[in-house]
Amino acid sequence: MVKIEVKALNIWYDKHLAVKNLNLEIEANEILGIIGPSNSGKTSFLKTLNRLNELYPGTRTTGEVLLDQDNIFTAIDKHLLRKRVGIVFALPLPLPLSIFDNVAYGPRLHGVRKVDEIVEKALRAAAIWDEVKDRLHTNAFKLSGGQQQRLCIARTLAVEPEVILYDEPCSGLDPISTLKIEEAMQELKNNYTQILVTNNVKQAARASDRTAFFLMGELIEIGPTGELFTVPRDKRTEDYITGRFG
Amino acid sequence: MRRPFDYIIEKLVFFSGVASILFVILIFVFLLKEGLSLFGEVSIQSFLFNVNWFPISDPPQFGIVPLLLGSLFVTLGAIVIAVPMGLAAAIYISEFAPRWFANILKTGIELLAAIPSIVLGFIGIVTLAPFLKTVFRLPSGLTALAGSIMLAFMAMPTIVSIIEDAIVSNPKSYKEGSLALGATRWQTVYRVTIPAASSGILAAIMLGIGRVIGETMAVLMITGNAAVIPTSFLQPVRTLTATIAAEMGEAVAGSGHYYSLFAIGIILFIISFIINLLADLFLHRSRKGKRKR
Repeated sequence: MVKIEVKALNIWYDKHLAVKNLNLEIEANEILGIIGPSNSGKTSFLKTLNRLNELYPGTRTTGEVLLDQDNIFTAIDKHLLRKRVGIVFALPLPLPLSIFDNVAYGPRLHGVRKVDEIVEKALRAAAIWDEVKDRLHTNAFKLSGGQQQRLCIARTLAVEPEVILYDEPCSGLDPISTLKIEEAMQELKNNYTQILVTNNVKQAARASDRTAFFLMGELIEIGPTGELFTVPRDKRTEDYITGRFG
Repeated sequence: MRRPFDYIIEKLVFFSGVASILFVILIFVFLLKEGLSLFGEVSIQSFLFNVNWFPISDPPQFGIVPLLLGSLFVTLGAIVIAVPMGLAAAIYISEFAPRWFANILKTGIELLAAIPSIVLGFIGIVTLAPFLKTVFRLPSGLTALAGSIMLAFMAMPTIVSIIEDAIVSNPKSYKEGSLALGATRWQTVYRVTIPAASSGILAAIMLGIGRVIGETMAVLMITGNAAVIPTSFLQPVRTLTATIAAEMGEAVAGSGHYYSLFAIGIILFIISFIINLLADLFLHRSRKGKRKR
């Protein structure tokens, strides 16, 4: 089943065209890895999927993005869209609240009163419950970087999204924390569609079902991860994954 | 040739550096010496708690309760008006206004700070006082309320710019993280932005109070100057500062009256010292909180 369908999407920052004529389908429950050098448009694309790119003045888009057949720019309220399509940022950035309140923040926004159960469920799903269950009411900044990032995943899960976007989620983390996050992603596969933008080619190879390669705002190649990494169809993909540029 | 020049410059710079401390100490010592002379004549208790300020009756009474209450009324009123307005203005400027309009507003607020207090006092007498007089059917519009309103204008620039600084220095991630969870801009402002800037907001309130409580000229002109215990904002009051300004010229040097004005100066000094200390504390805490991220 197709979860997200992207048709002829262009993304501009003022006059700079960051993503060019992108056509792409994302299946429900898959993990789609997106790789590419910096300025390849992968983060711009990701942030467009829940319209966070609109926070930057001068951003403009044309084309369509359909979430379950509904156009996200016209048919869905952007606050509701962001509830359905959650994002985990590059740096673990908790809000200046306690661990509990960080996770409860989203559900409370959307009018949920009894949040205890949701918080526990989200923390368990993000594989951090055992590490924080005895200190839920301490400040979130007291956690380590890797724990903060899993807390941010829990925060995203707590609003019960359908799609989770990851914007280089492990760029600031050590290998063990990275591994824990990749494990958490595998656990989440049953219930969520996940899109992972990463600068770490190996991480895409490990964690994703399909991989897309972006270069200078264009989608060069997309395919099952096993194929893309062993028999890439495009010379530029091969050069990038073997580390010859980028 | 170079050496003596260096030496002189170095000493000059050093002297300028310590001069500020030296002057503060000298002023404080002078204030203490003159002010404390009062207490040979009158007890500290009667100065602080006597409800009558009759400095030239016989025998004179130097009770600052009405003056303290006058200052308190005017300050409280000004803060109650200026803080909500200042907070709202700062939020609008930093979160909602388009950039070009925010710049115009900021310039406007800086201009407000540039208006001399005597001009504000003058405008208060000519426009605000008659207005209050008609609206509330008062014998005179020169009241605590008039002072509060004019002083709120004077405190606004300080309050707005400090709160705006505190909001702008919030990490961008707070806002983005909140919006990414589906919060509206307003939900983000009141659930994340304001709590995260709370130390800065407290500092702004403190500095606003400091600005108001030390202000003299405008309150002297528009509060009506009656040294009686106020029971309502619609009565004339007399503040600590206005008392010194109004009576210094007629007090006989070396008399109890003269010393009592210095004693009022000591009280003002202590009040502003405490307020500035608190403001510093909050500003410091606000910066320390931000550094974590």
